[in-house]
Amino acid sequence: MTLAFLNISWQTLADALSLGGIYALMAVGIGLVFGVLRLVNFAYGQLVMAGAYAIAYASVWGWPTWAGIVLCFAVVVALSAAMDRLVFRPLRTQSPAVMLVATFAIAFLMQSIAILSFGQLGTIASSMGSLNQPWDIGGVAFRKIAIVSVVVAVVCLVLLQLLLTRTSVGLHMRAAAMDFATARMLGVRADRVIGVAVLVSALLAAVSALMLTARNPQVTPIFGLDDTIIVLAGVVLGGLTRPIPATLGGFTIGFASGILGGALPTNQSQYLPTFLFAAVILVLLVRPNGLFTRGVGSVERL
Amino acid sequence: MKKVQELIAPVALVLATALVALAVSSALQTYFLDTLLKVSIVVALYVFIGNSGVLSFGHISFVALGAWTAGVLTVPASQRAAIMPGLAGFLSHATVGNVVSLLLAALAGLVFAFVAGLPLMRLSGLAAGIATFGVLEIVNNVLRYYDTIGPGLNAFSSVPETTGIWQAAVGALICVVVAFAYQRSRFGRQLRATREDPAAASAAGISIYRQRLVAFAVSGALAGLAGGLYVHMLPIEIDSLYLDLTFITLAMLVVGGSVSLLGAVVGALAVGGLDSFLSAAENGVDLLGWHLDLPTGTAVLAVGALMALVLIARPSGLTGGRELSLGRLKR
Repeated sequence: MTLAFLNISWQTLADALSLGGIYALMAVGIGLVFGVLRLVNFAYGQLVMAGAYAIAYASVWGWPTWAGIVLCFAVVVALSAAMDRLVFRPLRTQSPAVMLVATFAIAFLMQSIAILSFGQLGTIASSMGSLNQPWDIGGVAFRKIAIVSVVVAVVCLVLLQLLLTRTSVGLHMRAAAMDFATARMLGVRADRVIGVAVLVSALLAAVSALMLTARNPQVTPIFGLDDTIIVLAGVVLGGLTRPIPATLGGFTIGFASGILGGALPTNQSQYLPTFLFAAVILVLLVRPNGLFTRGVGSVERL
Repeated sequence: MKKVQELIAPVALVLATALVALAVSSALQTYFLDTLLKVSIVVALYVFIGNSGVLSFGHISFVALGAWTAGVLTVPASQRAAIMPGLAGFLSHATVGNVVSLLLAALAGLVFAFVAGLPLMRLSGLAAGIATFGVLEIVNNVLRYYDTIGPGLNAFSSVPETTGIWQAAVGALICVVVAFAYQRSRFGRQLRATREDPAAASAAGISIYRQRLVAFAVSGALAGLAGGLYVHMLPIEIDSLYLDLTFITLAMLVVGGSVSLLGAVVGALAVGGLDSFLSAAENGVDLLGWHLDLPTGTAVLAVGALMALVLIARPSGLTGGRELSLGRLKR
């Protein structure tokens, strides 16, 4: 059963939706921290990698699945808090370029620690394997994870939206993202807002790690690296400063790469990054502030 | 012409490195070679990033193109079909000498950077960062799989290994001198003015777009040259011209101090030196009567940690972004 045009099967579509959902979560995780800190966290992928290793080792040690999930959340949140305290805080006043290169350094550091302690070959996270089984819906076999990750992504995004619009700390975060200095003068506590943004972003990284290990149980030191690069492009594509454009950008690029990966013939799908990044560059040339931003927003002068 | 003094320190550092390299054993010499090559790449990066203040993740793609140009054209024609069976057209037989191949590598970098810069230089800030990253991804992806123009995933074996200490040092010196000449020219000054205050610079009649494009093309040429030198040094493959090299060269620039030529050279030599020393120590070295033998992987770890540390403690870099001149020394 296929969509006749473009040769896209329902499985490809479901897979693309699920990849879009996961990328949307990572995008909003990167976007939240950018909102309050004006910092693009290149090391976000290494947080996902660390979470994935936590699940993998929990299943190697024979822990029950729920314990592996708890360990994953604990590891990612702890690392994220350490990163904020040791790196982001001292660099808060620096230019975005210095901060970006610093997170590059952290990414490199975490990756080499992973290579040193876990080896290049990788570990299998088998506990999430059951989600990789097919699920029969209306005569079409979907991978369970495709459905689960779409549902999880929607639930997370709705919760996040509630947090941002219905709670006072969410209001503070949005105010800080608009204009940090003025927000502080009006009584928003900087450390609290940044702390919450870093925490929520870490939780999203942990969820993404769970979903990604279910899709691909082979956890290596470069786990999540390619995904992060694509998500970063997606976030900038959508518009970095607000959560919703960032989410849409992440979803769009995940969905597009899922569809292209499925629809292109094999001898062309190896050029997927070329198509993807050519599209990103074209969009940026037309709309440098992002695809889903309304009005002028924060115009880069000149 | 007093300012020509500022050229003395970077040139002296490169020459000193080359002279020390001649004195050490041939096993250690490879580390010096590699560091001299990094100097070329970092100086190429500096010409654009340092003078314009705009971050580029794309320069390693110019290095890769330079390497591909020089590499494909210097593998002996008789061996080319065996190593790169996919080559088409004149690439399958045309052969050039060492110097010509390096010039062509620089030309390839220049032309590609200019063409890529035509649209990209309209962007700034994060959009520019991501777009140049896109260029890196695209070039890497195409060179990796399109074996009509090169070895694809295979290593560049059988390229004449002409990059010894002298060639590496002369290459680095050319990069340093070109970078210095550029930054003292009216183009360089205008671009630096746009970096300090874009609004004032463009009010004074400077075209930010045009000045950035010039710098992008010049630094593309230097990066291409560095790529040519690289492929003549060892049989490289596409994976060694990707994220790791992008990261380490950018970090070298930032650690040294990204807004001065001296900073670029100091950063490359300091980080390259530390990396080389620790890598050598992983195989065991004798130092002042001590025998040092570090576990494998220490070098990567230490370099990464050092970079993070320098960035946090001294974000303007080791040189603080200043040049060194005799006037400053006397004061």
